[in-house]
Order: sequence, then C-alpha cells, then structure tokens
Amino acid sequence: MKNILTAAALCLPFGSLMAEEKPELVVYTYDSFVSDWGPGPQIKAAFEAECDCTLTLVGAGDGAALLARIRLEGSHSDADIVLGLDNSLMEQARDLDLFAPLATAPVGLALPVAWEDDTFLPYDWGYLAFVYDNTKLETVPANFEALANSDLSIVIQDPRASTPGLGLALWVKAAYGENAPDIWAELSDNIVTVTKGWSEAYGMFLEGESDLVLSYTTSPAYHLIAEEDSTKSAAQFDEGHYMQIEVAAKLANSDESELADDFMAFITSDAFQNVLPETNWMYPATGVAVPEGFSEMITPMPVSGPLTISDVDRKAAVEEWVRVLSR
Amino acid sequence: MSAPVKAFGITAILIVVLLVFAPIVALLTRTGVEDIPAATWPAIRFTLLQATLSALISVTLAIPLAKALARRRFWGRSVMVSLLGAPFLLPSIVAVLGLLAIWGRSGIFSDGLAYFGLGPLDIYGLEGVLLAHVFFNLPLATRMLLQGWQAIPSEHFRLAAQLDLAPRARFVLLEMPVLRGAVPSALLVIFMLCMSSFAVALALGGGPKSSTIELAIYQALRFEFDLAGAAQLATVQLVIGLAAAALAFRFGTDTLFGGSLEQPYQNWDKRRWPRLMDASILLLVVLFIGLPLIAILLNGVTGLMAGFPAGLGLAWSISVGIALVSAALALALALSLAHMIEASSSGTRIELVVMLLLATSPFVIGTGLFILINPFASPFELALPITALVNAALSLPLMLRIIRPALGRVDRNYGSLASGLGMRGWSRFRLLTWPQIKPELGFATGLAAALSMGDLGVITLFAPPDIQTLPLMMYRQMGSYQMDAAAGSALILVASSFALFYLFDKGGRHA
Repeated sequence: MKNILTAAALCLPFGSLMAEEKPELVVYTYDSFVSDWGPGPQIKAAFEAECDCTLTLVGAGDGAALLARIRLEGSHSDADIVLGLDNSLMEQARDLDLFAPLATAPVGLALPVAWEDDTFLPYDWGYLAFVYDNTKLETVPANFEALANSDLSIVIQDPRASTPGLGLALWVKAAYGENAPDIWAELSDNIVTVTKGWSEAYGMFLEGESDLVLSYTTSPAYHLIAEEDSTKSAAQFDEGHYMQIEVAAKLANSDESELADDFMAFITSDAFQNVLPETNWMYPATGVAVPEGFSEMITPMPVSGPLTISDVDRKAAVEEWVRVLSR
Repeated sequence: MSAPVKAFGITAILIVVLLVFAPIVALLTRTGVEDIPAATWPAIRFTLLQATLSALISVTLAIPLAKALARRRFWGRSVMVSLLGAPFLLPSIVAVLGLLAIWGRSGIFSDGLAYFGLGPLDIYGLEGVLLAHVFFNLPLATRMLLQGWQAIPSEHFRLAAQLDLAPRARFVLLEMPVLRGAVPSALLVIFMLCMSSFAVALALGGGPKSSTIELAIYQALRFEFDLAGAAQLATVQLVIGLAAAALAFRFGTDTLFGGSLEQPYQNWDKRRWPRLMDASILLLVVLFIGLPLIAILLNGVTGLMAGFPAGLGLAWSISVGIALVSAALALALALSLAHMIEASSSGTRIELVVMLLLATSPFVIGTGLFILINPFASPFELALPITALVNAALSLPLMLRIIRPALGRVDRNYGSLASGLGMRGWSRFRLLTWPQIKPELGFATGLAAALSMGDLGVITLFAPPDIQTLPLMMYRQMGSYQMDAAAGSALILVASSFALFYLFDKGGRHA
C-alpha cells in the first residue's frame, strides 16, 4: 500500500514543476515531431539557444488530431503556434479564423511549386509514393493503371482516419478526376488491407504483408541513411505525385505574440531546416543542402491540380473512396 | 452495509454515470444535431456481426478448454492459466503484427504452404477480424468459465464419480449450472469489447467493408469535427450495449451450488478418450495463443538488442504508477459496488449501467472530458490523475462480472451462518469474504492493473509535454520509423503488464 501511495504522490504534483520565469512559447505539433527521433529535441535546443525562452512542444496525435485539438480549444488555446498541418487540412484550418497572418513574408522558400499564403508557412514537404523492396519486386508499376492491372499487393491508409490515406484519395482524384472511381474499383483487388494510420501500414509492409505500401518518396532515405539498407525504393508514377506540404501558423490569440513571430522566422532559418531531412525524413522548405542519401531518391513531378482542397471536395473524395471500396 | 462501503459504492456509481453520459452531453453542447448519415448503417451492421460472431466463437471454444483446464492437473498448468491473461493485455497494433507473423501473407503458415507450392494464406476480411478477436478473447472467456467450474464443490465431483454418473447426467447436474451462470456473462463482456474494436477490425478487415461504429466515431471526431455526429454514434453503441446487457442478464442465472469443505480437487475420471481429447485441446490452444506471443517476444528482443532508448525508464515508471493507482482505485470501487449490488433490490439495474462502460468509446470519453475540463483547469495538470481514474472506471464492468458472482456465492453459502455468529463489517470481510473471494479479487485486480498499463486511452488528448506513458512512447517510435525500437518497447510493455497481472492473479490464487 505504501508503494501505491508513493506512486500516487509522484504522479500528482508535476504541474507545479512547470512554473518558470522565462517566457514560454507553446507549439502544438504531431507526435512523431516531438519523439526522441523526431526533429523536436534539436529544434528546441536550437531555438532556446537564441530566444532566452522556454520552447514547449506538445505532441497531439497526428496532423488531423492536431487540427481537432485546436478546434476543441478554440480561442482559449494555450498554443501560440500550430506546426504540422498540411495542405489537405489547410482550408479547414483557415475557416476556423483562429490563425494570425504572418508578420513578415517568408524568406528563401524553395518548394517545387509556387507558394503564396499570408497565414500558413511551409516548413517541409514530400511526395506521397508507393514504397517497395527492390530485391523482390521485378516490374515496378509506372502509374496507377499499371498498378491496378498488376497482381501486386498494396497496403494503404484509410482516408477517414489518416492524413497520408487522405492524400492518396486526393492524389487519385487529382490525377483521374471523374474516372477516379474506376481506378479505385480496379485497385480494390490489389489492396491487402487499409489501416488506421501510417505506422500500422508501414509495419505490415516491413513484415512482408504486401509488395508496396503508401508512404513517401523519402522513406527509402531513412533506410539508406539510418540503417544503411538500400533495399527500399519508391515507385515513380507518371501521373505526377501528390505533394504533402507541412505548414505552421501562429494563433491569433497567442499571448507571446512577438516570440511567436520570432519562431515563425526561425522556421525558415538554416538551423531549423537542416534538422528536418534526417529527423522528419522530408525535404526542407528552403534551399539548404540535403544529406547525401537524398540525392538517390526519385524526383517526380507534382500531380497537376490545386494544392489545397475545400472541405466539401475533401468530403466528396472520401465518400467516393468509401463507396467504391465497400462494394 | 457499512458507511464507507456505501460511500464508495455511491461514488463509484456517480463516476460511472458521469463517464457514460457526461461526455456525450458535452459533445452535444458544442454543435447541432443532424441525422445519422446513411453511410453508418453498414458500419452498424458489420459491428453487430463481428461482435456477435467473435463472442459466440470465443465462448464456444472456451467451454471445452475451461473444462479441460478444470479437470486436469499437469505440469505448467498454473503458468498456463496465468498466460491466458496475456493476449488480452496486448496493445492492438502489437497483437496485429504478432498474429500476422503466424497467419499473415508471409507468416509461418504461408511460408509452409509456399513450400508445397500453395498459398499465401489470406486472412484479411471477416475471418481476420474474428481470428484476432478470438485470439484476444478466447483466453478471457476461458478464465471466466474456469472461475465458474472452480465454484463446483469438489465433493460434487467425488459423488458423481461414486455414483458413476453417465456423462450426460454429469453434464446436466454439474456443468449445465456452471454454463448457465458464466456463459451469458462471458458472451456479454466479449461482445461489448469487440464492439468498440477499431484499429484491429480495420487492419485485418481488409478495407472499408469492415468499418465499425468506432471508426465512424474516430472519423467524426478527428477529421470532420462533427461532435454531435460522434455523440449520436456513441449513443447508438450505448443502446446496442444496453440491449446486449439486458439480454445477457435475462438469460444469465447465478450458479447455485451448496457449500464445500474446500477439499482439493481430484480427478476420478480415468477414461482414456476424454484425457486424449483434453490434451489435444490444450495443445492446440497453447499453439494458437503461444505462437503469436513468441513472435512478439522475438521481435522485441531484437529491438532491445539495439539498446534501451532514452526515456524508456521514465515512461515505464509513469505507466506502472498509473497502473497501480488505478488498480487500487478500481479494486476499492469494484468491491464496494459489488457489495452494494448484492445488497440492493435494484442491484441488476446498477450493474446494467456499469456494463455500459464497456460500450463507451474511449475517444468520446477523452474528447468529452476535455470539453468539460478545459474551461476550468489545464488538462495537462490533470492528465495523470484523470488517466488513472478513467482506466479504473473502464475496468469496473469486467471486475464486477468476476467479483460479484463470487461475493454472491459467499453470502449464499455462509451468509446466514456469519450473521448468526454476529460477524459484521470489517471482521466479516477479513475473516470470511476475503479468503473466499481472493482468487477472483486477484484475477480482477490483475486485469485492471494490466489493462491500465497497456491503455493509450485518454492520455493522448491530455498528455503534457515531456510526459509520456509506455504505450504512447511505443506509438511515437513507430511514427518515426523506429519499428525495431517500438517492438522493444512493446515487449517491455507487454512483459510489465503481464508481470503486474501475474503478481495479482497468482497472489490471489495461492497466497
């Protein structure tokens, strides 16, 4: 019993330990950003070295959970900055009227597409892609039609629960428009299963459950650089690839407004950008050099069509996906 | 009933009512109500189908297994009874990967088939969902039935052997009453648990055909931010849960046997066929349960060989702390509730409401509590106490199903005698009730501790920076490509959950 009480005592009072005198900047982000292997720890150290403040990174699930969290808290949120929404969620986020315009125009952005937005600031980006094991796959499909006509197996994520899954639904929609349902119908016998999130899908692929998995063109770079394993490759599709552009924005109700502006400016600095490739495994948003292994990655074209999507169109694309695959 | 017991019991009921209904009300206050979208009907249908089949298959298979475990004594039996708790404690993603290592397209069976030019095995679809749910719940059902079997006084078996009862008569006189008591209860618990399955059902279900109500809730809360829609779906789940519980209570009866002198059980049945039958059943189950566990173990060991990640120790202590606090809380609440239900004329109704907790959605509870708490206090500061409380509450239905029948048995067998002797209050509990229901208490508390340990639950919404539980850490590792490290954390998580469970369970059975 004594042990239990000690444990209880240990659990309760940590809230009071967080009181500090330095100003505190609170950034809400997704879980993998704050993990020990993510960019979080290095970003925190780098920013605190120059701001004389405390940078608190709060992990709030994945990108969609992050948006839901901000919606829940509304204008009462403790967050000063939200970092980790992407272009597929951006319009939903904008409609909330919770975000403040950027104090200064972003400097040095080098995305493969033109980017102009007065609220959301890109910090990294990547292309969705199907990743495969190049020691096992002989014929690599060159587009969705080839994939659908092959007997290759794929694991994908559910667009109702996962941001890459949503990206795939939007990718097919952008590439095939009205014919998207036909592509999905033909793909349905290739789909081994659909998972709740990226981790489950990628884990199942690594266990050998499918020939390909929906991930990013930069996923092989992780295996190459961190594990010295060159057996993973991404398939280049000639329809072009869906771009995921990850963005940050400042909340209008931030009580550390100046500090938040400083952090937004810090995002496009080399100190921030250099951390991303080997922690977030995405391309930096500015022209900083990428690590060597990245040069071996495929460099596809972005799929044509708008970068962002309205809430109505997003819902329609997801409903179409469910309808076709439920048959 | 003494005053503290009553106070605890009423507190428990308040907590239950709060957690079942308040989150739904909180969600409804934020947005308007619309009709349930047509797309959810297939989800409701699939949820009912898979949960019903999962419960039926698990319990049907559990009957011969529990019988075999009850009437055989063999080396390793005690370990096996405890190991039956293990699958139930696995985080869903770990269990899925473990099952796929055996049954997947490149699992050992598929590899074996490939040797003969066949396969691969394709389990995705309803069969995959059922496989996983039976893997999770067959052991739980077995433990619940075994509990019933062990309530049969050993003298009855001796008498049955002396009278040389035919198997049929033995079944009617001894086993039928046990099954009448335990089967509806086990069916209900498993039905409810499978109803709110979501990640497993989706991953092994093979596509949106296998969508459950819980997925629709998750989608409504995460992507659509349709809080009212989520509240409606949660209500649908509650109504289904209520109907299932009412049905199970209608057909379930308490098992009535006379008292026993607590003679150790001996098996007088020496026939060879039943023995062979039992042995093969036990062997099959050991393989079915054991192989995926071994796969998880091997994966985890590989992950841990690469080194212990920083932060593992802290995450582990937080998780164990939460688990112990919530187990202690759950034990106090469940015992008081069980006393109250036994003593009250409206006991069944109280238990019905408690059972509804199994039909709640963790996402709805998390979001609802967040809406309720956020205006008044920082959720960060309350994260750990709330997690402990919610975890404790969520294990109440299961604990109650285990503890309450045991309490009833003691009261029926010894109640009048104890009252005649003037035993009351604490001394009656210490001298009579405690020694009698200790195995059930140990089992139930072990489950509560281990479930709390492995639960991701509300901590995801409330987790303050720098504080993470072991399951949260594991998921974050997976999200950063650290699959091997995650397998290592999963092993530590599962081993710790199981150790907690084992300590309580074994402690209850032998101390």
